[in-house]
Amino acid sequence: MLDALLELAWIVIKILAICVPLILTVAYFTYAERKVIGFMQVRMGPNRVGFPLPFIKRFHLLGLGQPFADVVKLLLKEIILPENANKFLFVLAPVMAIAPAFAAWAVVPFSDTMVLADINAGLLYILAMTSLGVYGIIIAGWASNSKYAFLGAMRSAAQIVSYEIAMGFALVGVLIMSGTLNLSEIVNAQRGGVFDWFWWPLLPLFVIYFISGVAETNRAPFDMAEGESEIVAGFHVEYSGAAFAVFFLAEYANMILIACLTSLLFVGGWLSPFAGVPLLGDTILGTDGIFWLLAKTAFFMFMFLWLRATFPRYRYDQVMRLGWKVFVPITIVWILVAALLIMLGVVVRGS
Amino acid sequence: MDIPIPQTVFYLFSFIMVAAAIMVITVRNPVYAALFLVLTFFSAAAIWLLLEAEFLAIVLVVVYVGAVMVLFLFVVMMLDINLAPLKEGFVSYLPVGIAVALLMAAEMLVVVWTRDRFGPEIYPVPAAAEAGTSNTAALGELLYTNFLLPFEIAGVILLVAIVSAVTLTLRKRSGVRSQSPSHQVRVKRDERVRLVDIASESPDGRSD
Repeated sequence: MLDALLELAWIVIKILAICVPLILTVAYFTYAERKVIGFMQVRMGPNRVGFPLPFIKRFHLLGLGQPFADVVKLLLKEIILPENANKFLFVLAPVMAIAPAFAAWAVVPFSDTMVLADINAGLLYILAMTSLGVYGIIIAGWASNSKYAFLGAMRSAAQIVSYEIAMGFALVGVLIMSGTLNLSEIVNAQRGGVFDWFWWPLLPLFVIYFISGVAETNRAPFDMAEGESEIVAGFHVEYSGAAFAVFFLAEYANMILIACLTSLLFVGGWLSPFAGVPLLGDTILGTDGIFWLLAKTAFFMFMFLWLRATFPRYRYDQVMRLGWKVFVPITIVWILVAALLIMLGVVVRGS
Repeated sequence: MDIPIPQTVFYLFSFIMVAAAIMVITVRNPVYAALFLVLTFFSAAAIWLLLEAEFLAIVLVVVYVGAVMVLFLFVVMMLDINLAPLKEGFVSYLPVGIAVALLMAAEMLVVVWTRDRFGPEIYPVPAAAEAGTSNTAALGELLYTNFLLPFEIAGVILLVAIVSAVTLTLRKRSGVRSQSPSHQVRVKRDERVRLVDIASESPDGRSD
């Protein structure tokens, strides 16, 4: 009995070891977003809030305290329940948004040995979890009893269901290339040089996967669900305080998840890009490790911000056209190409 | 005290599943009904996981919970169903309903209620799969070898369903102003903008 309890406690510690850094990353991702977009628009971004240090007054430190100021502000605000809102679902919706966003991390391998649940159907599990996030959004939209929120929820539901198909097909390409659904084995199947990583043989699927990921997380230029100019803030227009913060947390956790998955599935996860290179390969840069995964993930997280600062919002019919008429046909064709590449021996697994 | 964990989990999820399934048909709010159906699917997926059928379990969540039920919810929320007119014909349809229900119950009993055809003696518990067997791979192998023809036929039937659904809903509407994106991106600057040289003028009417 004690052994079982100890094992349970150990698992809980491991879960915390994933969730706590994730939440901190979300906090500083919001800071990074405001800073990066600020610099891209020749502004400073947040630069006032620092940490209260003894002896040093007004220690701004580039505004690094901003995320904590935001968190405190959001937690202290009142949660307003709209008139005639469905109270139970209104409160449940943020929970349903954040639960899958965190649950998906259970199967993510951080390095060769660092993984919470090394299951055989990891890729499928990820697909299932990312497809569940939409419930939080549509329930929030419906329970708010607000036209704007409902419109946002409808847009988001249609968009997520559409882009999931392209995303799923992109994953099928990875599945064909690696021959396994286990995420650790998928990374190991990419062993070799930079051009053995799946981004090269699966280039169209790589691009489509990332763009669909942006669409799935409702980020600009696909943030139709929020659409500030038409429907104020979309599905979370009636939410305030901590409930709003939870939606925010879920959205950013999903973005980090997509960035992490893109680096695992297409750019070799924790594998070093300098593995086979003569001189650099012998230094510390040539060793595989979690820092490579973190660096790649950070790059794709930056891509999210870069896209947001660069592109104007899509029109809704064009979003649908891109998802169904452009991405789905390309992915279907490239699955065939991927199968041929494997069959004809052009790409050898784990070479 | 030693609690048998698999049994406990099985009964827990079976209880949730049956309770949620009953709620689906009894609850008044259609949105709640759809959400209870989601809960039912989840519990079924959990029971499949217990049977070590991880592929089926997760696919159930991906397909039914992730896609089908989202569309259901979508429709149910949009319709704003008023329950009063739906219940108007309740008494007149009741005899037919009861007859159909009895027939279905009888059919199920014919299958289930045979003592010698059902039970742990006839279907012994299969040996636990070795660690490392992937039932996704096993399913794939079976589908593409032994059951290739039924699998392909099922695929074709689904395709027919898709095509017919599209033909049923597709209609040509006249007077629609739609854009052709391929045409739009092919546009040249010369087709849209004409640069004209105009001599500049000063306020007193004197050109220079």
